[in-house]
This record gives sequence, structure tokens and C-alpha cells, in this order.
Amino acid sequence: MITVNKISKSFDDVKIINDVSAVFDKGKTNLIIGQSGSGKTVLMKCLLGLLDIDNGEILYDGKKFDKDNISTISNLRKKIGMVFQGSALFDSMNVLDNIIFPLRMFSDKTDSEMISRAKEVIKRVDLKDVDSKFPSEISGGMKKRVAIARAIVLNPKYLFCDEPNSGLDPKTAIIIDKLIQEITVEYGITTVINTHDMNSVMEIGDKIIFLVEGKKIWEGTNQEILNTDDKMINDFVYSSELFKKVKLTQKKSTDLS
Amino acid sequence: MKFFFHIGRYFLMIKYTFTKFTKWSVLKKLIFQEIDDLIIGSIGIVAFMSFLIGGVVAIQTALAIENPLLPGNLIGFATRQSVVLEFAPTLISIIMAGKVGSFITSSIGTMRVTEQIDALEVMGINSFNYLIFPKIISLLLYPFLITLAMFLGILGGYIASVYAGFSTSFDFIQGIQLDFKVFHIIYTYIKTILFAFVLATIPSYHGFFMKGGALEVGKASNVSFVWTSSVIIIINFIVTQLLLA
Repeated sequence: MITVNKISKSFDDVKIINDVSAVFDKGKTNLIIGQSGSGKTVLMKCLLGLLDIDNGEILYDGKKFDKDNISTISNLRKKIGMVFQGSALFDSMNVLDNIIFPLRMFSDKTDSEMISRAKEVIKRVDLKDVDSKFPSEISGGMKKRVAIARAIVLNPKYLFCDEPNSGLDPKTAIIIDKLIQEITVEYGITTVINTHDMNSVMEIGDKIIFLVEGKKIWEGTNQEILNTDDKMINDFVYSSELFKKVKLTQKKSTDLS
Repeated sequence: MKFFFHIGRYFLMIKYTFTKFTKWSVLKKLIFQEIDDLIIGSIGIVAFMSFLIGGVVAIQTALAIENPLLPGNLIGFATRQSVVLEFAPTLISIIMAGKVGSFITSSIGTMRVTEQIDALEVMGINSFNYLIFPKIISLLLYPFLITLAMFLGILGGYIASVYAGFSTSFDFIQGIQLDFKVFHIIYTYIKTILFAFVLATIPSYHGFFMKGGALEVGKASNVSFVWTSSVIIIINFIVTQLLLA
């Protein structure tokens, strides 16, 4: 579980994150949603310690995340897996080496043990015949799978995903979303996902936090977000014609019944 | 003020490069990879440039000497002094600022743009040590390249002057040996080590702290070359003033 208490972050006197408090539950996919520029990525970078917060505190399973305490932060980061928006695979390494990389850095396993563990996660993310290929030789969907495999190879306690299905076709996007959700439950991970994709919200949103201009204005589940009366959320959720039609159909069926 | 900000951040980067070391088994592979990219990969261009520069120095010296009273070994002497003291260490380092410096800035810059550096940091890896330390260590072999440049520069001068008829083989070799001071070689290697450190760190700085996308990677490589070559010239001036003046 990750707890965020009243954190703020400014750049050049402009508040990007404003007094945000939230709890990200274990074994659930916790979504941070909001329009582009609402502060989702900054919030995630603050959670990861890639950006310093101006005030407030972040607790990982009740322990304060102290960026200045090098040994604490090193130990914590070994328990964190991250799937970046652009996958962030190392160009100079093939798929297998990319996945083995965290093991090579932090485990005392032998080469054969590392390869065996890597093959295990490769199988888990449904990748086939890509071990020796380089990131430039595989598709966007495969890159995301490799990034997920690399993120879970050390059995992390926390998984962060920054727009994990951006740039993917709707079908692949849903497959990736489902894969993340399955892994979250299977490994009992606290998963935090940044997204503005309503399909993801509907498919895997166990818990949703809605950000507007750096402020948390709503919190709930994927079912609750569909039925809320909040205008700001409705403007966001029903911005696409598809969801407007879904809403209309729902309303009609409710009226009929 | 911005200038001092960059200087401060550069020295902080150096400090972080020598803290929280990456696992030796990983670092060892990275060092060998960097030796291959930065040193072995530069042998061709260094050999080509040094040989021709040595030849040009010898020909120009020969053409400038019109007085028949001047000794014939002067061409060899002037070629050796020019190549050993300046052309090999300084000019080759400026060429390397273009070749190796741009490579370092663009490779680290691309890693920054594609979030690969963020990925390292999220994993708890000291990205400064992981990316910059192997470059500094591999460039400790830079004096080997400069030695090669000195040898090939003098060889180029010898071939140009002897085969073009400006000097005899005996005179040229006598010129090379004339008034030889070991301290000049020490001075050259002191410069070379300092240049190697600059070649590894300034391009790394520009790659590491760049912001933006692919276009900015190109711009950063450009700025990196300007700064690296400028700092090499400044260090050259200071070291020459301190050690030879």
C-alpha cells in the first residue's frame, strides 16, 4: 500500500501538484486519471522519487519515503517495477538482456538461473521468439510486454505504469491492461497506473483518482465514475462519442425499466 | 549566473560519478564496451589525421626554410616539436571532441529522451556511475591513441620530406633526435590525461542534462563539441604556461 499525504510540487512558482492525498491499495490497479497537463506524470515521478516534493509525505507500507536516505531508497527501489510510456527498453541490449538486467544488477543468481527466471516472465507476458531481438526490431505491443516482464522479474511489491497503452491499437491496449491487472492480483502488487484512456478506466479501474490542474477532485471505482453527477468528471468521461452513446443507451434502458 | 550553475552541476555530476558504484561484474563489461567504442573505434581516424598532419607540417617547414645556411635537420626537429607538443595531443583531442564527444552526448542524450536514464534511476542504479564512470576509465587509454598519433605524425613527416626531396633520411632522423627533452613527453602526457577527462565528462554532462526531443539531442551534441574543444584549448594554454613557460 502506498499512502500520499498532502503532497505539493511546483515548477517556477507554478503549482503542478496541489495538496494531493491518496491511498493506493495493495493487489489493486489504482488509476490516476485526468486530462493532459493535469499533473499525472509529475505525481507519479514524485511517488518514484524522480522529483522532489515541496511538502507532504509519501509512505510505502507505512514507511516514509526519504529520498535523502540512500540505503533506504536503494532497498525500496529494488521493490519497484516501472513500465514507462515509451517502454524505455535499453537499445543496446536484446530482449533477454533487457529482462535479465535487474537480476544482473541486484541478484546473486548464476547466469543459468537468471536466464531461467527471465524465460519464466517472458512466458508469463505471452512473448514468443523474441529473446534475441533488439527493441528496434519488435512492435509497440511487444515492447510493452518486454517492459512489463522487466518490471516484474524481481518480484516487485509496487508496479508503476505511465500510460501503458499509449500508441497501441485498442485491442492490444486492452490485452496489455488485462495483463497488468492479472499480474497485480497474481503477485499481490500495489499497482499505480497513469492514464487518460477511458477504456483502461472501464476495464481495470479498481480504484480511480481524478486530477484536475494538480488537485484531486474525485476518488472512486470504475462503476462509480459512470454514475457520478460531477460535471467535470462527466465532461472528461463522456468526451468521446462512443461513451456518450453508452451513457444514452444506459439511460434509455433505465427509463424503460 | 547560469554559467556558475552549470559549473556547479558539472562538479556535482563528477562527485556522483564516483559514489554508489555499480556491481563490478556489470561495470567490467561496460568498460570493455566503452574501450571498443571510444578508443579502438577512433584508431582509424586518429591514424589517418596524424599521418597527414605530420606530412603537412614537414612540407610547410621545408618550404618556409629558404636560407641554405640553416641546417638540414631542422625539418625533422620542427616536425617532432610540432607533432609531439601540439598537433598530436591538442589537435587530435579537438578532433576527438567531435568524434567521441558527439557520440557520448548523443548516446546519453537519447537515453535521456527515451526515459532509459529514468528507468535506471527507478531501479535504484546510480545512473551517473553506470554511464559516466566506464567512459572515464576507458579514456585512461587515451594516451595510447596520442602515442600512436605522435608516431604516425613523425612518420608522415619523414615520408613527406624524404620522398618529396626536402630532406635526406639521415638529416630528418638526426633532427628528430636533436635536443630531445624527456620533459616534453611528460608535458604532453599530462595534457593528454587532462584532455581525456574533459572528453569523457563534458559531453556526458551535455547528454545527461539535456531536455527535449530528438532535435535537442542534435543541438546538445553541437553545444557539447563547442564547450569540449573550448575547454581543451583553455587547459592547453594553462598547462603550457605552467609547465613550459
